[in-house]
Amino acid sequence: MPSREKVIFEYSRAGRGASDQWPQDVGGAPLADLPSKLRRAKAPALPEVGELEAVRHFTRLSQLNFSIDTHFYPLGSCTMKYNPKACNQYAMLPQFLARHPLAPESHGQGFLACMYELQEMLKEVTGMQGVALSPMAGAHGEFAGVAMIRAYHRARGDLKRNEIIVPDAAHGTNPATATMCGCVVREVPVNSSGDVDLEALKAAVGPNTAGIMLTNPSTLGVFERGIEEVARVVHEAGGLLYYDGANLNAILGKVRPGDMGFDVMHMNLHKTFSTPHGGGGPGAGAVGVAARLVPFLPIPIVAKEGERYRWLTESDMPQSIGRLSAFMGNAGVLLRAYIYMRLLGRDGMRAVGEYATLNANYLLKRLQAAGFEAAYATRRASHEFIVTLRRQARELNVTAMDFAKRLLDLGFHAPTTYFPLIVPECLLIEPTETESKDVLDAFVAAMSQIQKEAQQEPERVRSAPHTMPVRRLDDVRAARHLDLTWTPTTQH
Amino acid sequence: MSNVPADLKYTKSHEWVRSLADGTVEIGITDHAQHALGDLVFVEVPEPGRSVKQDEPCAVVESVKAASDVYAPLAGEITAGNPVLADAPETVNSDPYGAGWLMRVRPAAGAVAAAELMSAADYQKVVAAEGG
Amino acid sequence: MAFIPHTEADVAAMLEAIGARGIEDLFAEIPSSLRVSSLPGVPEALNEMQIGRLMSERAAQDGTPLSFLGAGAYEHHIPAAVWAITTRGEFYSAYTPYQAEASQGTLQMIYEFQTMIARLTGMEVANASMYDGASATAEATLMAVRANRKSKSARILVPTTLHPHYRRVAVAMASNQGLRFEELPYCTVEGVTLPASLAKYDGEDVTALVIQQPNFFGRLEDVDALTDWAHARNILVIAVVNPTSLALLKPPGEWGSRGADIAVGEGQPLGVPLSSGGPYFGFMTTRMEYVRQMPGRIVGRTLDVAGAEGFTLTLQAREQHIRRAKATSNICTNQGLLMTAATIYLSLMGPKGLERTAAASHARSRELVGALTRTPGVRLAFSGPCFHEAVLLLDRPVAPVLKALAARGILGGLDLAPYYPELGPALLVCATETKTAADIERYRASLTEAMQAVRAA
Repeated sequence: MPSREKVIFEYSRAGRGASDQWPQDVGGAPLADLPSKLRRAKAPALPEVGELEAVRHFTRLSQLNFSIDTHFYPLGSCTMKYNPKACNQYAMLPQFLARHPLAPESHGQGFLACMYELQEMLKEVTGMQGVALSPMAGAHGEFAGVAMIRAYHRARGDLKRNEIIVPDAAHGTNPATATMCGCVVREVPVNSSGDVDLEALKAAVGPNTAGIMLTNPSTLGVFERGIEEVARVVHEAGGLLYYDGANLNAILGKVRPGDMGFDVMHMNLHKTFSTPHGGGGPGAGAVGVAARLVPFLPIPIVAKEGERYRWLTESDMPQSIGRLSAFMGNAGVLLRAYIYMRLLGRDGMRAVGEYATLNANYLLKRLQAAGFEAAYATRRASHEFIVTLRRQARELNVTAMDFAKRLLDLGFHAPTTYFPLIVPECLLIEPTETESKDVLDAFVAAMSQIQKEAQQEPERVRSAPHTMPVRRLDDVRAARHLDLTWTPTTQH
Repeated sequence: MSNVPADLKYTKSHEWVRSLADGTVEIGITDHAQHALGDLVFVEVPEPGRSVKQDEPCAVVESVKAASDVYAPLAGEITAGNPVLADAPETVNSDPYGAGWLMRVRPAAGAVAAAELMSAADYQKVVAAEGG
Repeated sequence: MAFIPHTEADVAAMLEAIGARGIEDLFAEIPSSLRVSSLPGVPEALNEMQIGRLMSERAAQDGTPLSFLGAGAYEHHIPAAVWAITTRGEFYSAYTPYQAEASQGTLQMIYEFQTMIARLTGMEVANASMYDGASATAEATLMAVRANRKSKSARILVPTTLHPHYRRVAVAMASNQGLRFEELPYCTVEGVTLPASLAKYDGEDVTALVIQQPNFFGRLEDVDALTDWAHARNILVIAVVNPTSLALLKPPGEWGSRGADIAVGEGQPLGVPLSSGGPYFGFMTTRMEYVRQMPGRIVGRTLDVAGAEGFTLTLQAREQHIRRAKATSNICTNQGLLMTAATIYLSLMGPKGLERTAAASHARSRELVGALTRTPGVRLAFSGPCFHEAVLLLDRPVAPVLKALAARGILGGLDLAPYYPELGPALLVCATETKTAADIERYRASLTEAMQAVRAA
C-alpha cells in the first residue's frame, strides 16, 4: 500500500485555487447592505490548492483505505456485502439529485412512488404493519423505537413504565438509547448457550417494564431459541418487544420479526439492504411497527390515495412521536435501498438469508477444522459466529487484537474484535452472502498462517501490522495529547 | 498480584479510603482497578463544597477502552479534588495510593460506620475472585 | 441473483464440509412455526436493465423545475470532481475506521474536515459530523445541559426565528431527557429576535440560548448583543449557522466578547446535492474545554510505534460502544460520505471560491427581491439586511400562486402559512449563484401572470 500522504494544508500556496469552479466576482456593491459589524474580518483559512492537486491528494487518500470493493471485510454485525453500482447510479440520476426537499408533491410523484413501494416492501419482509423511513441511522431508529414504546404506554395512562430490559451481550447503542429516551436500563444475563436467561427475565419484568430490546439472531451469532417464550413473558407483564435489526441479514426471507412477536423494530438499511457504509455513514434506520404502534410513527410517511402519493405530517398523525429529521431523512440512501430490493425481488430476499447463513456455517466449520475455538460450538451459526482466541492469549501471549492486525498484512480486513464484551479475546466474523467459497478458503488459510506464526515467531504477530501505511498507533497518546485540528506549527 | 496496602479500607467497587489526621478521608481507586482500566487519559474529580451520598457517582476515570464512574464510599462533603490529575492522569496508574488520590471528603455524622468498608484482607479476596 | 456468486458445485462442497444435507438444515434451530414460506408483497426481481429503465422513467416524471426554494437546503454548484472522488469504492464502500491502520484515508479525511470546519466557524474543535443540522441542534442542547455546570434548569431559549423543523426535532429528540424549550418571540416589523424580549429571563436559571444566523427568514440577528446578554448570565450560546454565509459573515467563534460556546449547522450547501432532503450532514464545533461533552466521532493525530504520524478515532470512551448507558449520546455514525464530499468541495472552492459563492448568492437574491417586488401586490416583509433569502408578503393567498407557478415549471419558494400564520400571506424566496438574470426575469414574468390568474379566479 502507498505510504502516508501529506495533510492538504501542506499543499496550500497563497493565491492558488480551482478558479474554474468559482462564480464570477460580483464586486463589493451588492454586499454594501451587510452591516460591517456582522462581516467577517479575515477570510477562513481553507486550503488554497489547484484542482489537480486536490484531485491527486484525495485520490491518494482513498488508496490508503481497505474497502469492500478492494478487500474481504468480515466485520461481524456490520454486514459488509457488495454495494451494487446500479444502486448508486440510479439514485444519482440528475432529477433525483436536484429535487428540493420542500418541492411540492406535484413535482415528486416519481420519487414518492419509490418511497411508498420501499415502505411496503419493508413491511412485507419484516411482518410489520407500519413503516417510517425518516430515522437517519440505526441508532436514530432505535431512538424512535424506544420513544414509540414510551409514547404508547403514556397514551394508555401507564406512566410508571420506564424500565427497558437489555441483555448484557447487547450492542452499546441499546442501553444508550434507553437512557436518551429517559428510561432506566435493566440488564439480564445471557446463558452459556447464548440464549437469554428466562428465569432472570421473569424476575426482571413487572409493572415498571416498558419493554425489552433484543436482536435475533443475537449478538452472539446464534438464534434466540426461546424467543416465543420471551415474547410471552414480556407481553404478559405489559411490556413491548423491540427488535434491533442489525442481524436481519441472517433471517431475511426466512423469518420475520413481526411473526416472532416483536412490536417495533429498526432496520439498518446500510447493512441488510446494502446502502454504502461510506467510511462511517450515511446510514438509514427505517422503523417498522405492529398495528398498535402505527399512530406513533415519526413523520413524515408516504401515503397513497388512489394513484397519487402524498406526505403524512403532524396534522395527519397527531400522536406521532414527532419529526426526527429536518426534512424526510436520508432520501438518497432510501433510493439505493429501493433499487437493491427491486434487484433482489422476493426470491432474492430468501437467497440472502440462506447464503449468508451457508457462508457463515461453512467458514465456522473450516476454522474449527483448522483448530480455532468457537464460542458456541454446539450451535449453528446464524450469518455470523464468534471465535475465541483465549487459548492463544493464555498460552502464547498472542491476542485477538494481534491476529486482527496481522490479517491486515495478509490482505484481509479484520473481523470485529472484542465485541460482544462477554466473550474474551473474541472475533465476531460475518462473511455475508456476496463472498465466494474461494475467498472464504483464502481467509481460513490466512488465519492458519497466523496461528503458525503465533506458535513459531509470535513477535511477528504481536508487532503487526508491518506492511500498512502506518504501524500500530498510540491511542493513549492520541487521547492524552489531543491534536484534533491541524496547525502549521504542530510538532511531535 | 495487585498491591493492597494493609492500612487502608476498601469498597467492592474498587475504591480505597484513608483516614487523615484532620478528620477528613482521602479516596482513590485501587491498583487492581487502575490495571484493569489501562493507561488513564482523563480524570474528572468533583468540586469542593459538593455534598455526596454513599454510592453516588462523583468522579470519572477514563482510559482508551473504558470510562468508569467512581462511587463515593461514604456520605459527606467534598473538601478537595486532586488538582494534579487534570494534566497528569497517568499519576493514578503510577501511584494509585499516593500521589494519585482522587478526592478528600469530610464524612457526614455516622457515615463511616454506615459505609461498612472492607479490610485489606477482605478486599484481597474480592480481587482474587475476579482473577486479579 | 442477489449478487451471490456460488455455483452448485460450491454449495455441494460447502454443505459437505458443514455436514448438512441441505441449506434448510442450517435453519433447523428456528421453530418451523416461524418460518416464512413466501413474500407475496415483494415483487419479482428486476434485472439491472429493467430497474434502470424504471428509475429513469420516474426521474423524468419529476423533471427539473426552476427552483427558488431555500428554507434550510440550498442549491449550489457542485464541482464534478467532488462526487467523482467521493463515489470511489475505497471511500464509498469502506466502513467506520475502527481498524485505523487500514483506514488512514478516511481518518485523515476526517481530520482535514475537522480542521476546515473549525476554521470556518472560528471555533476550536469540531467532530466528524452528525446526521443533519436539525439533529445537530438537538444534540447541542443536550450537550449544553451536560456542559453548563452553573445551571440546573435544563431550560433552553429558542427563537421563533429558528427553522420550524429544527425546533420540532429538538423537542422530539431532547424532551425525553427533561429539557424544556421556551420560544422567544420575534419582531414582525424587522423579522428578528428582539434583545428586549430576553428581559423577562433576567435572574432566571437558563441553560442555553440558541441563535440562528441568518435566521429562517434570511434576516441577520444582532448576534453580539444576544451572545453577550447570555454570557453575562452564565447561559451557554448555541449558534446555528449556514456554512456558505461564513465566508462573508462573522463566524460564531467571534460573536460577542467571548464567542459562541457550541456552533452547529447544516453542511448540505458544501457540495451535497439537494436530493429530496438527504443524506445531508450536520456539523458541530465547540471550545476545547467542552470537547469531552461533545457527542459523535472525533479523529486525532498521533504517532505509531515507529514514530510516524497517523490518525485514529479518539475520545471513544464517551461513545455508546464503551460507555453504554452513560454515553453522551447513542449516536454511532457520522455522515462519512457527505463529510468527504464537503472536504473535497471546500478544498476546491477555497476561501476565495466560497466568498464568491456567498457574494453571488447574496447579489442574486437582492436582484430577485428587487424584481419580484416590482410586481403589483408583492412587497418585502421585513426591513433590515438579509443573506440569500427573504420573505415577501402577497396581497392574496400564497398557495394558489405557487401552484400556478409550478404549472409553469417554477418552484417559487416556501409558503409560510403553515409555520407563521401571523404574517398573513408570506413567501420565503431564495436565489443562489446558480440563478441567472434570465431565470429571475422568467420568475418575475411568471409571477405577474400567476398573480393575475389567481385574482381572475
